[in-house]
Amino acid sequence: MSSVIERLRAILPEEAVISGPESLQVYECDALSAYRTLPRCVVLPADIDQVLAVIRICHAENIPVVARGAGTGLSGGALPVADGVVMSLAKLNRILAIDPDRRLARVQPGVRNLSVSEAAAPYGLFYAPDPSSQIACTIGGNVAENSGGVHCLKYGLTVHNITALKIITIEGELLVIGSEALDTPGFDLLALLTGSEGMLGVVVEVTLKLLPKPVQQQILLAAFDSVDAAGNGVAAIIAAGIIPAGLEMMDNAGIRAVESYIHAGYPVDAAAILLCELDGVQEEVDSSSKEVADILIKSGASEVRMAKDKAEGEKFWAGRKAAFPAVGRIAADYYCMDGTIPRKHIARVLQTINDLSRQYGLGVVNVFHAGDGNLHPLILYDVAVPGELERAEEFGGKILETCVAVGGTITGEHGVGIEKINQMCVQFNAQELILFHDIKHAFDPPGLLNPGKAVPTLKRCAEFGAMHVHAGQLPFPELERF
Amino acid sequence: MSVNISNLYQELSERVIAARNSGQPLIIKGGGSKQFYGRNVIGDVIDLRACSGIIAYEPTELVITAYAGTRLQEIENALAQHGQMLPFEPPGFGDYATLGGAVACGLSGPGRPYTGSVRDYVLGIKCLTGKGEILTFGGQVMKNVAGYDVSRLMTGALGTLGIILEVSIKVMPRPEYETALTRKTDFNTALTSMNAWAGESLSLSAASYDDGQLNIRLSGKETAVASARKILAMEESGTELDYWSQLREHQLAFFKDTKPLWRLSVPSTTGNMNLAGDWLIDWGGAQRWLKTDEPVDNIHRITEQAGGHATLFRGGDHDGEVFQPLKPALMQLHLRLKQVFDPVWILNRGRMYRDF
Ligand SMILES: Cc1cc2nc3c(=O)[nH]c(=O)nc-3n(C[C@H](O)[C@H](O)[C@H](O)COP(=O)(O)OP(=O)(O)OC[C@H]3O[C@@H](n4cnc5c(N)ncnc54)[C@H](O)[C@@H]3O)c2cc1C
Repeated sequence: MSSVIERLRAILPEEAVISGPESLQVYECDALSAYRTLPRCVVLPADIDQVLAVIRICHAENIPVVARGAGTGLSGGALPVADGVVMSLAKLNRILAIDPDRRLARVQPGVRNLSVSEAAAPYGLFYAPDPSSQIACTIGGNVAENSGGVHCLKYGLTVHNITALKIITIEGELLVIGSEALDTPGFDLLALLTGSEGMLGVVVEVTLKLLPKPVQQQILLAAFDSVDAAGNGVAAIIAAGIIPAGLEMMDNAGIRAVESYIHAGYPVDAAAILLCELDGVQEEVDSSSKEVADILIKSGASEVRMAKDKAEGEKFWAGRKAAFPAVGRIAADYYCMDGTIPRKHIARVLQTINDLSRQYGLGVVNVFHAGDGNLHPLILYDVAVPGELERAEEFGGKILETCVAVGGTITGEHGVGIEKINQMCVQFNAQELILFHDIKHAFDPPGLLNPGKAVPTLKRCAEFGAMHVHAGQLPFPELERF
Repeated sequence: MSVNISNLYQELSERVIAARNSGQPLIIKGGGSKQFYGRNVIGDVIDLRACSGIIAYEPTELVITAYAGTRLQEIENALAQHGQMLPFEPPGFGDYATLGGAVACGLSGPGRPYTGSVRDYVLGIKCLTGKGEILTFGGQVMKNVAGYDVSRLMTGALGTLGIILEVSIKVMPRPEYETALTRKTDFNTALTSMNAWAGESLSLSAASYDDGQLNIRLSGKETAVASARKILAMEESGTELDYWSQLREHQLAFFKDTKPLWRLSVPSTTGNMNLAGDWLIDWGGAQRWLKTDEPVDNIHRITEQAGGHATLFRGGDHDGEVFQPLKPALMQLHLRLKQVFDPVWILNRGRMYRDF
C-alpha cells in the first residue's frame, strides 16, 4: 500500500477509496474502450471538503488526478493515468436549487444531465444541451467537454447554457467563476474552463440556465436520392432564415441499419434522409413546417413526411436515437468520430469518407448533426480481427485531417482526450500548442490534473510527423532536434 | 482590401516585438469609439483601421469572418443584404466602431438575455500576442472543442491578452417581424413581469424599465409575435422600435448627463438597490444603468451583495479602478494568464485593472 492510499483512507470513508485491481477495472476506461489503464486508486468524495482534502494530498504527494463523471466520454478524457488517482464526482449528485424566477439551476457536478430537465419541468423550464448520452452523463463531464446535443443548433452548447462554476484548483483554491448575473468582471474564465477536459480545475458546482419549454414541436422527415441534394436542403433551410431546433442527417448505410433494427419506417432506398425539428408556439410551428416542407421539395427531396401527431414524431426520432445501437448490431465494433466542417462541404466530405472506407476495407455509417456540420462517422471494425482496430484508427485520423483541410475541426463535441491528440498537431502549430501548455501551467503549475490529455507535446507531434507546413510556417523553427 | 495584409501583419508584429524589447506600452485602437471604456492608459497607439475588410461571408454557413478594423456598419450592411444580423446587437457608440473593438470590449445590446452575448457568437480569432506571435484559435464552424477556448477568453479582455486581427462570428437570420410594447407601471411589478415572461415562450427579445414605463420588444415569426402580443395585452408604443437602438447606443435622454454613469450587472430578479441616483433597467432586470455620485466603495459593496458587479462606464475617475475588484485568488490567475499572453505587459497595460 502506498502512503498516498493510506493518507486518502485517513480522510475518506472506507468505501470511498477503491484500490483492489478487480474493483479498479470498472474505472480503467471511458466509453472509448480501446484505451485502458489501471489507476493507483479511485476516490469517491461526497462533498467539496472531501474533494479539497483529496486534492491537497495529491498536490503534496505530486500524484496526478483524473476527474471522472459517468465515464461516457468518447475521447478517453477520463482515462486514468497509471499511478494516478481517479476522482469520481459521482457522489456529488444533488440538485442544490431550482430557481424558476431567475431561471437557473444550481447543481453538483455528478448530477445526470437529464435529471436537470426533469427537475425543471414542473416550472415549464428545461436545460437545453441534450447529449444523446443524457440519461447517464454528468453535468461536470458536460462542462469539461462543452457537450452539445441534437438541439444545440438552436439552443447552443454547454458554454452557452451555464452562468457559474465552482472549481477547485490543484493548489487547493476554491474559485467561483461567473455568477447569477449575465457577466462578470475580468477575463471570461467561464468560457476558458468550459471544454477544458478536466485539465484546469475540478468542477464542484455548476449554475445552469433554464429555458422555457417550447409549447409545440413538429418533426419532418425528408428523403433524398443523393447526399448532395440533402446537403442543399440543409443550406436552403438556413438561407430561408429558419433555425430548426434540430436538423439531423443519416446516410443510406445508417437508414438500413436502423430499419432492420427498429422499423422506424425510414425509406430504405434513399441515399440520405433529413430529420428536421421545429419548435415554438403553435402558429409559428405550423407556418414554419409548411415552409420547410416546400424548401425541402424544392431542394430535390423525393419525399417529405410531416409527423401527423406526437406518436409519429416520436417514431421519426426513434430511428435517429436508435442509430448507434443499430450499428452496434451490424458490426462487432464501431468507432465514433466527431469532426465539424462548414455545411457546404457535407457532400464532398461524405464522398471522401466513402472513398477512404473502400481504401481501408472498413464499412462506415454516417448519422450526424447536419445543421451545424458536426459529422459522426461510425467506422465498423472487429477488434478480434488482427489489425482492424489499427486500421479503424488510421481511417478515423484521416477523416479528421479531411475535416481540418476543408476548414473544419477535429472535434465538435467529444473532446480531444487521448484519442485525437495526434490530430491536434495538424490543427494547431507549435506556438499555439505552447500557448495551450502555458495556459494549463497558469492553472496547474505542477501539471497534475489529467496530464497528457488534450494538448500534445511538441515531441509527440514531431514523432507523429504531422507537423506539416502550417500557415506558411516551418514546423518548430525554434527547435533544433528531438 | 487594398493593403497587403501579410505586410501589415509583419509590420504589426515587428512593432510588438520592438515594444516587448523596450518595454514600451502599446494602446490598441480601432475606430476609437470605445476609448472611454476601461481605465485610462498611456503608450504608443497601434491603429488597426488599415486592417479592414470582410474576408469571408457565406449566408448559408451563418458565419462572417472579417479583419478586426472592419467597421461594424460595413458588417451589418453586408449581413442585412442577406436578411441576417449580429444577434448580440453590439453598441457602436459612434460611427467608426470596429469589429475588433466590439469583440475586445465584449459589450452587447438589449437582446443579450434572450439571444446571447458577443462571446456566445465568437467562433474564432486570429490574434497577435504580446510576444509578437500571430496565432489562430477556434475556427469558422459552430461546434469546435479542439484546444482551450482562447477566442472567447479574448472576448471582453479589452486587448490585454492580444491584438485581435481577425474574427469569425456566428450570425443569425433577422427576425421576420418585430414590435415594441409599453405600459406604465411601478418598478416591482415591472421586474416581476420581465422575469416571469422570460420563463415563457413569448418571443421576448428585449425588456427595459425606464422612467416609469415597462418596455418590451418582441421578435420572431409574425405568427409567434402576434400570439405573444395577445397574451401580454400591452399597448403598442407606435413606431418606437427606435427606442431599442437608442437604448443600445446610449442616445436616450437618460444618457445625456455629465454625472458618472455606472453599469451594474446583477441577477435579473434583484430588487431595489440602496443606491441614490437615476436608474434605467435593461436586460430584463439584469443590467442596470445608474447615474450617481455615490462613492465607488458603496457601489461596489452593494452590487456585490446583490451577487453582481459594477463598472464605472462614463464620467468619474478613470485613473482609479473602474471594474469591480477581483478576489485575490482570481486576480492571481489573471496575472498568470496575462503573463502567458503578454509577458512584458505591453498591451493595453492597466486598461482593465491597475495591476496589469
Ligand atoms: C452513446 C453515447 C452518446 C453520446 N452522445 C453525445 C452527444 O450527443 N453529444 C456530446 O457532446 N457528447 C456525447 N457523448 C459523449 C459524452 O457523453 C459526453 O462527453 C459527456 O459530457 C461526458 O460526461 P461524463 O459525465 O460521462 O464524463 P466522463 O466521461 O466521466 O469525463 C469526461 C471528461 O470530463 C472530465 N470531468 C468529468 N467530471 C469533471 C469534473 N467534475 N471536473 C472537471 N473535469 C471533469 C474528465 O476528466 C474527462 O476529461 C456520447 C457518449 C455516448 C457513450
